[in-house]
Amino acid sequence: MVYFAKWKIIAILLVCMFGVLFAAPNFFSDKFAATLPDWVPHKQVSLGLDLRGGSHLLLEVEVDAVIREQLDALVDEVRVELRKAKIRYSGLGLNHTTGVKVTIRDIGKAEQARELLRKLDPDTTTSRNGANILIERSEQANRDRRSEAMSQSVEIIRIRIDPAGTKEITVQRQGDNRILVQVPGIENPEDLKRLIGKVAKMTFHLTDPQSGNLDPTRPAPAGSRWLPLKVRSGSNAQPRMVLVKKRIMVSGEDLTDARPGFDQRSGQPVVNFRFNTRGAKKFGAVTAKNVGRPFAIVLDGEVLSDPVIREAILGGSGQISGSFTVQETNDLALLLRAGALPAPILILEERSVGPGLGADSIAAGKFASIVGMVLVVVFMVVGYGRFGAMADIALVFNVFLILAALSTFQATLTLPGIAGIVLTIGMAVDANVLIFERIREEVRGGRTPMSAIDTGYSRALTTIIDANVTTLIAAVLLYIFGSGPIRGFAVTLAIGILTSMFTSVMLTRLIVVTWLRRTQPKELPI
Amino acid sequence: MRGLRLIPANIELAFISKKTIFFAFSITLILASIGTFINNGLNYGIDFKGGIMLEIRTPKAADLGAMRQSLGSLGLGEVSLQEFGEPTEVLIHIQRQDGGEDAQQAAVKKAKSVLGVGVEYRRTEFVGPKVSDELFWDGVLAVGLAIISILVYIWFRFEWQFGMGAVVALSHDVISTIGIFALLGFEFNLSTVAAVLTIAGYSINDTVVVFDRVRENLRKYKKMPLPELLNNSINQTLSRTVITSLTTLLALLALYFLGGSVIRDFSFAMIWGIIVGTYSSICVAVPLLLYLNINRRGALVGETDDKAVTETS
Repeated sequence: MVYFAKWKIIAILLVCMFGVLFAAPNFFSDKFAATLPDWVPHKQVSLGLDLRGGSHLLLEVEVDAVIREQLDALVDEVRVELRKAKIRYSGLGLNHTTGVKVTIRDIGKAEQARELLRKLDPDTTTSRNGANILIERSEQANRDRRSEAMSQSVEIIRIRIDPAGTKEITVQRQGDNRILVQVPGIENPEDLKRLIGKVAKMTFHLTDPQSGNLDPTRPAPAGSRWLPLKVRSGSNAQPRMVLVKKRIMVSGEDLTDARPGFDQRSGQPVVNFRFNTRGAKKFGAVTAKNVGRPFAIVLDGEVLSDPVIREAILGGSGQISGSFTVQETNDLALLLRAGALPAPILILEERSVGPGLGADSIAAGKFASIVGMVLVVVFMVVGYGRFGAMADIALVFNVFLILAALSTFQATLTLPGIAGIVLTIGMAVDANVLIFERIREEVRGGRTPMSAIDTGYSRALTTIIDANVTTLIAAVLLYIFGSGPIRGFAVTLAIGILTSMFTSVMLTRLIVVTWLRRTQPKELPI
Repeated sequence: MRGLRLIPANIELAFISKKTIFFAFSITLILASIGTFINNGLNYGIDFKGGIMLEIRTPKAADLGAMRQSLGSLGLGEVSLQEFGEPTEVLIHIQRQDGGEDAQQAAVKKAKSVLGVGVEYRRTEFVGPKVSDELFWDGVLAVGLAIISILVYIWFRFEWQFGMGAVVALSHDVISTIGIFALLGFEFNLSTVAAVLTIAGYSINDTVVVFDRVRENLRKYKKMPLPELLNNSINQTLSRTVITSLTTLLALLALYFLGGSVIRDFSFAMIWGIIVGTYSSICVAVPLLLYLNINRRGALVGETDDKAVTETS
């Protein structure tokens, strides 16, 4: 054990050297580190949102709404199809949440109806029981649709938060219906939530001509519905109700562009938009036929404005004016450009840290680590003299190695992660304490220095491994079950255990043995 | 330069003979912990209970009374405010709102609107009912699995009696940590669970070191009475146990006093854990071995002297 193979010495020294090298960028400022050429290590530890400030949001996409929407559409198609074929029916509606059912009045036509309905949607299976027909979408088709809705949502949210695509954000799908959003360095999380929370489904409808004459508290006539008109934000006024035709003239899907602007005459904030060719054609046709009548621009069930059509709008571009603030037109334009979410979104969890607290936490964490380290270093020298100092050298390299590992693998350092490093500093010397105590015992047992060190190291090794594996088990479980910052703690704890095994067993032995060879002491100063 | 001996080399404290006192103390501690837990319950943080937490900094010393009144008038249910570290910093807890996740968001907005301008929002955290339930069960699962996997590891490396001893000591530490949190009303949240798991790891670490020595001595001294052997094992490792606990405590104390208010409770849990963990390894785990019927013939046959063991290493 006292003998060290050459290659082992070189390997140990190399690891230490790389440790210092890869940890080094963390001791420079960000700006300096960024100027370093590619061939030198230049990665710094990436800080978690709790340290750099930022927002962490866990969202849930209500994907079942997508399925429901599709079934509703299927009900409409069935109605149209059966009417076209002049087949009389009853009881048309949803069957639970998975299918559509309908009963054919004339049982003789039931088979014909089934044939017709079978062709409506290739992803459905149609079954008939007497006059009752059941159309069900396949589980696979539903799964695909949900999955598609999820990918769309991820994409749309990404564009909404970062339209230029330049920010360092994370938008990540988690599980079947969740999305994790992490945006560093954000000042006001409410801005973020406002952009994410809206479905932003915009549609253009004609209004019902009886709108002004009917009582909004009474049910709307068939084919129309009452919707509230947007009031100026902050105002507590009761919104005016507008009777809007259910039929969609043009939908937001046909928009190609939307920009915030100001009305040339009134100076009010507005949103200017442009339709694609299909949208422009439809919009032109409808407005040409309905000059003099009001139409409604509806966003997520709220009428933004209901202007009167003065003339046919054929150019395919228009303007939405309403009771907007400048902020609202900016948001609305962005939302319209990014597109509507396929389904509503819920915010399940939010953790936002302001930049001030993050900076304070880093400062406090650094200070605590340094003080903790100094205390341990002093304590070891007091406790074990020269050997303690050797363990301290190993401890310093241990911290370099932890930083190097964190930087190289770009593991996220969180506030609990800093706590993990401090804890490892305290515990890292444990292996050396075990070894030194053992050496002391062996010396008392009458061994020569050489042999005491030899047995000291080898006997303590099994204990060290057993003791560290148990802590490692706890760290792994923390990683699996923990979230966010806690995972950061598990990562630094695990890395710290591994690096400390290396430094306190291999490195200190190399130092001790080298010292032993040089000085050939008769007695160990331990 | 020679090291200072904190613990004299030839120390011979009687631990095993005082086992009745230790057991009585530990049983009282456990029962008191469970009692306090049942009586007071834990002060669950929003991680497990759901709800809203805001940490704000005001330009001038915060007027808690006025804030309490304006937040209280919003009808958001239970709202609690506390000064956090400095007079300009306030920690606000708002209970989980009835209704779905949307109701929580609305409450955040309302609260922010009455707190007014000029306030710096240092932290905004909100956990909805769905996530808090998941986090809670994940935490329970993590602690449970940690205890089981550590038991399995010790069983695999030693013998089942040692595994039992270790797990009893471990549960002792975990339960008493929960007890102290219930007693002091400190917030019990995700970081506390992390601390508890780390305590579990640390406590086992300590126990394993002593057990290792017990195993070694069992091989070395086949005729020595078990109580004496256990007591020797504790004394032989006492210096290490105390020194490691002290270095770890030093590092944690630095974290507790200097690491900032966000992780103060976390550091507290660990400090407590290190203290009870050290105690339980020595005074609970080892004496328990007396009653667990250790198989003394399990040691390698014929290797009764020191030399034989040396050569195996």
